[in-house]
Amino acid sequence: MAADDRARSFERALLAMDRVGARDTLLVAAEGADTLAVAESVVAPALERIGDDWERGAVSLAQLYMAGRIAEQIVSEVLPQVRPADGERPLLAIAVLEDHHALGKRLVLSALRSSGHAVADYGHGVTVERLVQRCREDGPRVLLISTLMLPAALRVREVVDRLALPGPPPVVIVGGAPFRLDPELWREVGADAAGANSAEAIELVDRFMGGAR
Amino acid sequence: MTGEMTSLERVLTTLGHKEPDRVPLFLLVTMHGAKELGMGLQEYFSRGENVAEGQLRLRAKYGHDCLYGILYAALEVEAWGGEVIFRDDGPTNSGEPMIQDVEQIRSLEPPDVATSPVLARTLRAIEILKRDSRDVPIVGAVMSPFSLPVMQLGFEAYLDLVFERPDLFDRLMAVNEELCVAWANAQLAAGATAIGYFDPVSSTTVVTPQAYLETGFKVAQRTIARIKGPTATHFASGLCAGILDDLAQTGTAIVGVSGEEDLAALKRAVAGKLTLLGNLNGITMRRWSADQAEAEVKAAIAAGAPGGGFILADNHGEIPFQVPDDVLHAIAAATRRWGRYPLDWLDA
Repeated sequence: MAADDRARSFERALLAMDRVGARDTLLVAAEGADTLAVAESVVAPALERIGDDWERGAVSLAQLYMAGRIAEQIVSEVLPQVRPADGERPLLAIAVLEDHHALGKRLVLSALRSSGHAVADYGHGVTVERLVQRCREDGPRVLLISTLMLPAALRVREVVDRLALPGPPPVVIVGGAPFRLDPELWREVGADAAGANSAEAIELVDRFMGGAR
Repeated sequence: MTGEMTSLERVLTTLGHKEPDRVPLFLLVTMHGAKELGMGLQEYFSRGENVAEGQLRLRAKYGHDCLYGILYAALEVEAWGGEVIFRDDGPTNSGEPMIQDVEQIRSLEPPDVATSPVLARTLRAIEILKRDSRDVPIVGAVMSPFSLPVMQLGFEAYLDLVFERPDLFDRLMAVNEELCVAWANAQLAAGATAIGYFDPVSSTTVVTPQAYLETGFKVAQRTIARIKGPTATHFASGLCAGILDDLAQTGTAIVGVSGEEDLAALKRAVAGKLTLLGNLNGITMRRWSADQAEAEVKAAIAAGAPGGGFILADNHGEIPFQVPDDVLHAIAAATRRWGRYPLDWLDA
C-alpha cells in the first residue's frame, strides 16, 4: 500500500475514532520503515487533511480534537522515536495567553508532536509577564500563542514588544477565534503569522523552522 | 406603515415574520455601561443596580431595541462556586475548571438560584429594568446545559466525557438542566421578556449534525420545553446552517448566527420558522469607520431583513468592550436610515 493510501486509511480511522484501526494502519506502515518518514508521510498528511476539512466545515471540532488525541497516543506507542523529549530547550513553545480554555493549544500540540516536533508546553492562563520570562529562559525559535477572546489577542502586542529586546526574538505565530474573525489582527499585534487550524500551524512551523525538529 | 412602533411592538412584529416599522436593533453590550458610570468592570458587575443603570443609559444613548440583563457568561459557574477571573478590559471569564475529576459529577447538585449572590445581582438588574422601562424587551440569558461543561470541566475533558463516558454525561446533563430551567424561569419571573439560550457547543463548528441530534438537540428540546417564555438560541459565532431544521424542532423562536455564514442563505432556510439575530462581526467592528459601519448594516439588512423575521445584532451575543462609542452610534444611525420598512432601496 502506498504512503498516501495509508495516510487516507489512517485519516478514516481517526475520524471514526477507531483507535484499533488507526494503530494497525500505523503498525503496518512502520514495519521496516524509517519512523520519521512514516510520521511525515502518513500521520502529518492525515492530520493536515482533517484540519483543512475542519476549516471547510466538513469535520467538527470534536472530531478534530479526538483525531489529534488518538494520533498523539498512537504515535507515542508505535513510533516512540518520532516524539523527541520536550523538556530539553525545544525549538518550539506554545501557550494559551490569559485564558483557561486550552482546546486550541491542545489541537496544535497534538498535531505538532505527531509530526515529530518537540514542543515546550507553557500551559494555559499564562500572563504576559510569565510568557516573556519563559521565552527568555528557553530561547525558543518559534512561539505559538493561542487566544480565545479579543482582549487577550490584543495583549500579544505586549508580548511581541517585550520579546524584541534583547534579541533575537522568536517568530510569533498566533491562533484562535479573534484572529480567525479578523484576518488583519495578527499584523496589528505584531505577530509574524496566524494559523487558522492545526494543519496551518504545522505548515507555518515547517516554513519558519526550515525543517529543523 | 407610518406610525412609530415601540421597541416591543417592533420585535414582536418581526418575530411574527411580518415587517415592522423598521428593523429592530439589539446592541448586545454587557460592558459599555461601566464606562457610562465611570466604573471599572468588577465594580460595575458587583451590583445589579449598576448594570440596570448602565443598560438604561446605553439605550437612551443609542436608541436600540432591547435591554440586556446578563452580567457575564461565567455567572453560572460562579454560582456553582467555580473560579471566575475579572479583568478591566474584557468579559469576566471562567478560571480553572470547577470539576477536576469527572467522578465528582456523580455527587454534583445544582446551586440554589434563590440564594446565589451572583444570580441575585442579575435578578436585581432585571427587576430594575422591568420597573424603569416601558415597552422594551428585556433579554435574559442562560448557558445551555450542553455548553456549560466547557467551563465546568474544560473543553478537552468535556469532549472526552461526551464520547467516552455516556453515563456521566447523562448525569451532568440532568444536573445542568435543572439549574438552567430554574435560572431561566427566575429571570422571566423577575421581568425578562425572553431568554438567550447560549449553546455554542451545539454548533456544527464543534459537533457534527449527527452528534448534535444525539446530544445538544435532545438537551435543548427537554430544557426549552420547561422554560416559561420565548428563547433565542445563540451559537456565539459558531456555525449552524447544517442544523437549522432540527433547531426549529427544539421550540426556540430566534437563532443567533455567525458572521462567517451567508445570511441570505440562512434567511431562505428559516423564513417563516425562525427569526434570525445577527450577524455583524464584533471583532472587526472595533476598527470600523462610520462609512464601513453603514455598509455592514446595509449588507446585513439586505440579506436578512426582507419580510421581517430579522433582528440586527452582532454575531457573538456580546459586543467587545473595545468597540468605540462612535461605531455603536454609526450602527444605530445606519439602522434607522436603512432599516425602515418597506425596504424600497433594495429595489432601486
